[in-house]
Amino acid sequence: MDDPLNVFLWLIFPYICLTIFILGHIWRYRYDKFGWTSRSSQMYESSILRWANPMFHFGILAVFLGHVMGLGIPQAWTDAVGISEGMYHFMAISVGAIAGVFTIVGFIGLLYRRRFTKAVLGATTKMDKTMYFTLGLVIVAGLANTVSGVAGAYNYREGVSIWFRSIFYFNPQPDLMVDAPFTFQFHALIAIFLFALWPFTRLVHVFTAPVGYIFRPYVLYRSRDAHAGSRDVRRGWEKVDTIPKRRPD
Amino acid sequence: MRVMAQMAMVMNLDKCIGCHTCSVTCKQVWTNRSGAEHIWFNNVETRPGLGYPRTYEDQEKWKGGWTLTKRGRLKLKAGGRLKNLMTIFAAPNLPGIKDYYEPWTYDYENLTTAPAQDHMPVARPKSLLTGQDTTVTWSSNWDDDLAGSVENTHHDPILQKVGDKIKFEYEQTFMFYLPRICEHCLNPSCVSSCPTGAIYKREEDGIVLVDQDRCRGWRQCVGGCPYKKMYFNHKTGKVEKCTFCYPRIEIGQPTICSETCVGRLRYLGLMLYDADRVLEAASTPDEHGLYEAQREVFLDPNDPEVMREALKAGIPEDWVEAAQRSPIYALINKYKVALPLHPEYRTMPMVWYIPPLSPVVDAVSDTGEDAEKQDNLFAAIDKLRIPIEYLAGLFTAGDTKPVDLVLHKLAAMRSYMRDINMGWEPQESIAESVGMTGQEVQDMYRLLAIAKYEERYVIPSAHYEDAHKLENIATECSLDVDGGPGMGGMGGMDGSFAQDPDMGKDPGLGSPDVPGRPEGVRINLLNWDGQGTPEGLFPESSSDSAASPQGGSSS
Repeated sequence: MDDPLNVFLWLIFPYICLTIFILGHIWRYRYDKFGWTSRSSQMYESSILRWANPMFHFGILAVFLGHVMGLGIPQAWTDAVGISEGMYHFMAISVGAIAGVFTIVGFIGLLYRRRFTKAVLGATTKMDKTMYFTLGLVIVAGLANTVSGVAGAYNYREGVSIWFRSIFYFNPQPDLMVDAPFTFQFHALIAIFLFALWPFTRLVHVFTAPVGYIFRPYVLYRSRDAHAGSRDVRRGWEKVDTIPKRRPD
Repeated sequence: MRVMAQMAMVMNLDKCIGCHTCSVTCKQVWTNRSGAEHIWFNNVETRPGLGYPRTYEDQEKWKGGWTLTKRGRLKLKAGGRLKNLMTIFAAPNLPGIKDYYEPWTYDYENLTTAPAQDHMPVARPKSLLTGQDTTVTWSSNWDDDLAGSVENTHHDPILQKVGDKIKFEYEQTFMFYLPRICEHCLNPSCVSSCPTGAIYKREEDGIVLVDQDRCRGWRQCVGGCPYKKMYFNHKTGKVEKCTFCYPRIEIGQPTICSETCVGRLRYLGLMLYDADRVLEAASTPDEHGLYEAQREVFLDPNDPEVMREALKAGIPEDWVEAAQRSPIYALINKYKVALPLHPEYRTMPMVWYIPPLSPVVDAVSDTGEDAEKQDNLFAAIDKLRIPIEYLAGLFTAGDTKPVDLVLHKLAAMRSYMRDINMGWEPQESIAESVGMTGQEVQDMYRLLAIAKYEERYVIPSAHYEDAHKLENIATECSLDVDGGPGMGGMGGMDGSFAQDPDMGKDPGLGSPDVPGRPEGVRINLLNWDGQGTPEGLFPESSSDSAASPQGGSSS
């Protein structure tokens, strides 16, 4: 705990990245709605994307749910409903490994087409490359953790998970991470960095996943006046007939 | 009854000469950008032909539009809502860039920078996607005028339905142009396919638009539109589509494709329709019934009850009045010569077409017979089954009866008006043979052949009401008034031309004393060295401007 490096890595750095993550998204949504897209390259190349992209996305959705389970739900809760550590461990490793393999195979397919389809490579920005590199490291390290879990040496639910939740309680316990194996430390650190990159990459599309489609009517109508665009009118550009908000007297 | 207004278009295909002016002006205005190279809000296809993108009409392949379930309910042909979401990571029916064409430019620089050499330097085609040398193999109108038809035309999905055996004869006798824009459908499958809800139909005029701030590039609409008029911009990652030139329409001007149409074949106007009956009409079990079903959704703007309901629904009085004068209503429901494009997609399209009589006329005149004689034309229509079946494949889901009827009307008009133009006695029997009166034929002739600007385009301005006018004053230079010393502002960038009383009138017929920019006098202050006063920088003195009506106006 006294080591300033540990304090920085497991306390200060996560909070910095989390702040960037939240403020970055607010900033991006306010000022770059036009850039808020998945920037699909399917038009250039579809034959690899057709299998690799769903594989990656469904894989990583399963991985995400696994993290919700592993990081979000305290061991005491699963114990309480009668899931033993052994059962949990077996499930997490087997399902996690399948999801991880899906994710990584899909990811490799996507990387391959991005590198070797000239049009796709041409549409790849520096930020894309940074993001792919970081995301790749996170996935590889994460899968390594899952595989190493077969040996059962480290129970992350007694270490990493508690540290992760402690950040959100604003009662951080960096010591827990100091004791974790290197691959867990590495995975966590790179993942935190990825969250800081997130708002400035195409990953923002995750937060506009269109689940509302299931519930809305097929044909949408909008009035011309109500939405000239979905942007707010900038100060000083309001129409003259806009009645200003009444100030308190 | 829920009355809604829809801005619609009719194109008179007999007049289309395939010059592509509409496509070019549209592109210059809307899609002259990187990433939008393949985006043609307006394109002109030679038919028979593959269309753009290639074979877009083959819905077994592209799965655009709607289909009926076994229980008779409408369903997106690409699948239901869950399937739409599950296929979001790899849109299943998305045309690749090669289905359009790989955008390219030429290495023009080489022409001037190449070193001295034995051979002339050339400008090689370069792919705009990879920057490398490329071979140009397709474009938006590569099969123009049946070019390469031996190789391509038999892939035309409509021709395949007509049948292969008559293909050869057909190609020799029949060709016409089909200009296409977005159909701004009453039951749009693009809007229904969009997972985000970024595409919407405007309540006021039914124009279908994509909110560029909300589009997330899921691309399901591209596959969902059976006309393939949703285009994915590969640079912005968002979808763009024909806007019906809404900024022009809002101020009473025709779309740019209509305005610049050399053949003056486009008509613009309002249609009132009953929004409550759209779904029912689109669900008509028999495909052949869809044309009639859609016509019945339209409301008669002269019906007092419709007028009452329209006002109740918030449609302004001048819009109802414009709907009464609408050339679209006349062509679709009064003369019944306009037909929808592919009603079998069940999207209730709102850009309709008057099928071309010219192939029939050409066939008759090729035989040396009188191609303006009613009997000859009628006989030819009855005989030329292949072109008629092809037209029916485009406009009436394969039902030849409505196409026959339209062509008979056009033929009758041709014969009837010939007699009048020759100073002969008009024969009422010709008009009666197609169920019209001589006066009706003459009215239709006026609309189709004379086609005055004011009669082709009946576009009521959007209602900004007074606030808009005030806004215009507030955003313009206060000195920029008629006769004032202003610099002319942005020439309409801010919508100020809405107030120009001569906008929206036929430029060809405009009076010579139109106020506005004086001819030949344009000042570029960036080129002014500050010495002296260039001609036209300041308005002429009042005694001069009295002599010259243009001198005092803004320049």
